[in-house]
Order: sequence, then C-alpha cells, then structure tokens
Amino acid sequence: MLLATYMKMEVITKMADLVKVENLSVSYKIGGGLFSQNYLKAVNNVSLSIKRGSFFGLVGESGSGKTTLGRALLNAVPISSGTARYDDGDVSYELSTLDKAELADYRKRAQLIFQDPYAALSPRMTVRDIIAEPIEVMKLCSSREEIDNRVRTIASRCRLNLEHLRRFPHAFSGGQRQRISIARALVSDPRLVIADEAVAALDVSIQADVLNLLKTLQQDMGLTFMFISHDLSVVAHICDHVAVMYLGRLVESAPTKELFKAPKHPYTKALFSAIPSLNPDDQGTAQRLEGEIPSPTNQPSGCKFHTRCPHTIDICKKEEPILQNTDRQHEVACHRWKELFNI
Amino acid sequence: MDKLLEVKNLTLKFKTDEGLITAVEDVNFSLNRGEVMGLVGESGSGKSVTAKSLMNLNAANAIYNPESTITFNSTKQEVDVLSLKRPADLKVVRGGSVSMIFQEPMASFAPSINIGKQMIEQLQLHNDISKKRAREISIEMLDRVGISDPSQRINQYAFELSGGMRQRAMIAMALSTKPSLLIADEPTTALDVTIQAQVLDLMKDLVKDFNMSIIFITHDLGVVAQTADRVSVMYLGRIIEEGSVREVINSPKHPYTKGMIAALPRLDNLGSPLRPIPGDIPSPLERPPGCVFNTRCEELVGDKCSLNTPSFTNFGETRRVACHLYEDGSDN
Repeated sequence: MLLATYMKMEVITKMADLVKVENLSVSYKIGGGLFSQNYLKAVNNVSLSIKRGSFFGLVGESGSGKTTLGRALLNAVPISSGTARYDDGDVSYELSTLDKAELADYRKRAQLIFQDPYAALSPRMTVRDIIAEPIEVMKLCSSREEIDNRVRTIASRCRLNLEHLRRFPHAFSGGQRQRISIARALVSDPRLVIADEAVAALDVSIQADVLNLLKTLQQDMGLTFMFISHDLSVVAHICDHVAVMYLGRLVESAPTKELFKAPKHPYTKALFSAIPSLNPDDQGTAQRLEGEIPSPTNQPSGCKFHTRCPHTIDICKKEEPILQNTDRQHEVACHRWKELFNI
Repeated sequence: MDKLLEVKNLTLKFKTDEGLITAVEDVNFSLNRGEVMGLVGESGSGKSVTAKSLMNLNAANAIYNPESTITFNSTKQEVDVLSLKRPADLKVVRGGSVSMIFQEPMASFAPSINIGKQMIEQLQLHNDISKKRAREISIEMLDRVGISDPSQRINQYAFELSGGMRQRAMIAMALSTKPSLLIADEPTTALDVTIQAQVLDLMKDLVKDFNMSIIFITHDLGVVAQTADRVSVMYLGRIIEEGSVREVINSPKHPYTKGMIAALPRLDNLGSPLRPIPGDIPSPLERPPGCVFNTRCEELVGDKCSLNTPSFTNFGETRRVACHLYEDGSDN
C-alpha cells in the first residue's frame, strides 16, 4: 500500500510541470514621444507548460518571438503581462514578481546556452576560468580546490579533455567551443536549460555530436530543456514536445511524433513542406507560402497568419483564433482546423 | 558537350603570420553550359575559396600554384582567369560573364546608396547603354524576381527591404548583365525556410529562362538535392567525391559523404539515432598527411590512408571518388 502510494507520487512528480506559462506577453518600447508611447508586442498572450525532465522544442521563423519567450523565462526581459510559474519541487517562483534574493537563486536554476560559440566565450580567459566564472559569481564554492573539482567534473561530463582546461578558446574548433559553453551553463547544476539555436552555427557532422551530448546530459542530470530552433529536422529528432510560434503567438503545440505525423495548423504544414527534401526526385509537391512574415509593429487583424494562409476565409480576418485542445495534448489555434484536417 | 568552365590543378595557399595555409589542393572540375553544380562542404573545406578563384577575387596574400589554370569560355573569347591582372580585363569575370550572389545580402549592398543606383552603375560598367535604358532593365529584372512595385522599390535602400526581398534584389542585380555563369555562395542560408523555398523556386525558374550555369555553394545537402544536377563534395580543400546528385545522395561512396548523410537529421527516419562523424575538422594549419579525412575515417584500409593521398577512382562517365577503399577497382 505504502509502496503503491510512493510509486504514484513518483509518477506525479515526473509528470509535474517545471514551468507553467499563462497568457504571457512581452512588449518592447519602440520610439514614441513624451506623451505617446509605441510598443512592439514580441510575445503575445502565450500559454504553455513544460514538464519536468522533458525536452521542449520551440520553433518559428525570425521575428516569431521564440527568443524573447526564452529570455522571459530566464527573467532576462521583463514580463509585461501574464504569469510564468517555475516549480522544481524544491522551490517555486512566480517569475514576474521575483525579489532580489529569489532572482539570485533562480539564476542558479535556469541557464542559457547561446548560438554562436565564437562570440560566447571570452578570448582572454582560459577554459577553466570560463567554466568556473558562474560558480565564482554565484558564490557556490568557498575554496579554489572545490571550484576546480566542480569544473573538472562538469568538463569531463561534457567530454572535454581535462588537459585542455588551461588553454584559451581560440585553440578550439566550433564543436569543442560549444561543449565549453554547455559546461559553463551546467556548472551551477541548473534544472532548466534554455538552448537558443545551440547547434545552428555548427557543421552537420559536429551538430549531431552536440545534439547527442545534450540528450545524454539531459537524461543523466535530470535536466529540462527548452530547445529554441528554426531547424525542424533537428527539433524532430531531439524534442519530446514541440510548440510552433508565429508573430508572437503560439499557433500549434503537440508531442513531437503527433505533430510531425499530423500537423493541424496550415502554417505548420507549410513549414514542413518548405524543408528541402534530400530526395532529388521529390520536387514540386511542396505547398509554397506566399509573401513574408509581417512586421511585428504592423500586425494584421484577426488570425496573424491570414495574410499568407491559403485557406483564409472572412472569420480569419476578423477574429483571432484561440489555442484549443484537440486531443492527446495536441493544441492548435486555427478557426478551420477541423475541416482542413484532411487536406 | 559545350564546356563553359574548366578548372585544372587548382592549388591555393594563403600566406599568413602563422605560415602557409593550404586552402584548396589539386582541385579539378569542369562545368557545361546550362548545368547546375553543387559544391558541398563544411567550414574550412575550401568551397568559397574555390568559387572566389573563378573570379580571381581572393585576397592579396593568396598564392596560386603555377600549374593552376582556370579557363572560362565566354561567348566571345576564351579567358585564362588566373592570368588576368588589369581591372579592365577582370571585368569579364567580375560581373560581366560571371556573377556572384552572397549569403548576406545586407553586406552586399552599399547601405547609403539606393538599390537602383547600384544596379544601374554595374549595368553601365559592363554594357554600353544609357542610364535610362539601364534603369528600365533594372526595373524589369526586379519585376522578374518577384519584387512587387519595382519602379518604387528601385529607389529604396537595402535596409528598407526584408531579408527575402534583399536576396531577390541581389539576384536581380547579378542577373541583369546576363552572365553565363552564376556563382551562388550560400544564397539561402540566412533566410527562413519558407523564404528559402521561394528563393530556390525562383532560381530554378531563372536557370531555365536565362540558360546559364550555376555553381551552388552550400553546406545543406537538401538544398543541393533540390537544385543541382551534379555535386562535388569537398573536405579540407580537396574534392573527395563527385557525381550526379541522385547517385551521390542515394548511394554515397566516400566515407566522409556517407558520414555526412548519416549525421543529418531527417524527417523520414525520426526514430533512428543521429550518427555524428567522430572527431573534429582539423585546423588548416595541421592538415593530416595522406588522405585528408584519415583522422576521422571509420573505414581505414591500413597505413596507406595516412601515408598516400588517394587518387580518383572512376565509376562510369561522371562519377569519381578519391578513397583508397576503391583503388583496387572494387565497388564496396
């Protein structure tokens, strides 16, 4: 009986949300004068939840707000409205109202991996100092010996040669540099890691290696990843759940297999068909999107996608569709998803 | 066949503070009129340097091997590209019969001069036409590449256009002189997928209309599969495999090509794990002796891989592979 209860609890904690975002918006102030103020809504009314220990993918084109959403979850940009709740079992924070002490603690628990491993590492610091810096800033260790130990542990986890810790970043290739960035992000033992285009700058043969490393680290250290990418094939291979953004809105969100097997939003379908196929004979079947993503400062009315959607009808221009659950955690924001499902 | 371009024994080193760096080594290929060739490789493979050599556009510290020749058969005469010195002579391969489009269109347009002025300038440089006529041609070209309202757009500056528009304008500008060869260096890498698809479609249409040849440089095998007839795979400055796109992608022979295709995340095999190529691309300062790929190869056939540079083994008319695996004529 006790065991059963325990197991049940285990299941619950595993399924619990690490991050729960509700109606989150982020606006940037742009221009405007003394009496008027203009805002750019980069993220608009987004709700999503990220399960503990999952690999959550966020895809979209440039200007879709995926990076801004990631930064909001790191408390690196202020949240304009809505809530974002972080709960890892030990602590629970509301990200829009963190005080100074809470923020300092949250920084240890949520970390970021950047896109460009050439720009992210200081050329004047040794690899050891680069990885140790977060521990020193956060005052996680008291003695130098302790810091060294921690650096060595995480470095070997990220498959870095310990002999290389004394070298400077210029001596390393792109793949090695990205592993150094990963070690630096993970050295404070975070629970949530936001990887913003973490493999986009790498060559294909290296990219696969870094993706496999991220997956291994996630499983070994029990991490939760938010993986932001424009590359759908990469996301399909590494993520458990994928959310698609367009012009600051979430248009579709589903478990990876479900999404790639049966995309429901016309934008998601168009994104899939735009990926150049590796099969040279596979030509011309793709459905092409007309035009480009509208400017976020001058957003269309109704459904934000209606200017490019091949299935637009009157209601799409007037009313904005809300994200609704269809089945099996598959959510979509489209007025016509039911009738278009079989197209 | 009508040969447009022939590159022979192209070897190119850069003189730097750290010594001579070999960027391209013993590259040979030819291109027919109307053919689209993909040049695929990762960073440091020498694909961009090779392309720039075709326009004699490499930096001043580039040293060509004396045996290197690049012959370009323009409609009027045969040009030995590497011997061109005077700017007036170079015009033929720089924007005249050969044009190039780059990855970052923002960096390719002058920011403080409007698009029209730049298009007209280069048209007048290569053709003896009036400013008015040059403007008409430019507007026609902008219209042809799908820019709406071209007579208005031509007065705009590069920063006023979106990424996709800018790349279209770049293509219009490159094609307005009606070149017989277009070099496209990662033309869609900086674009979003939906825009990339539009630009690739446009380029395919233009090839047919203008009957020109294209050298398409990219690291993306999917893009090559969708655009090129033939593909050459480069690694650390050498061509290691060459053939029709269909053959090379469907049945790669060189261990590097095989590895690169296996490492690619594909949507048609979601369940299978990604297989990276072990190790890192060596620094060009530490080029491995023997086969350039031997430090990462999983199909080594003994000492000769690290001692001798493999020569090409031919498979049929168009297919060749530089690997010791096939030197005894076997086809494994």
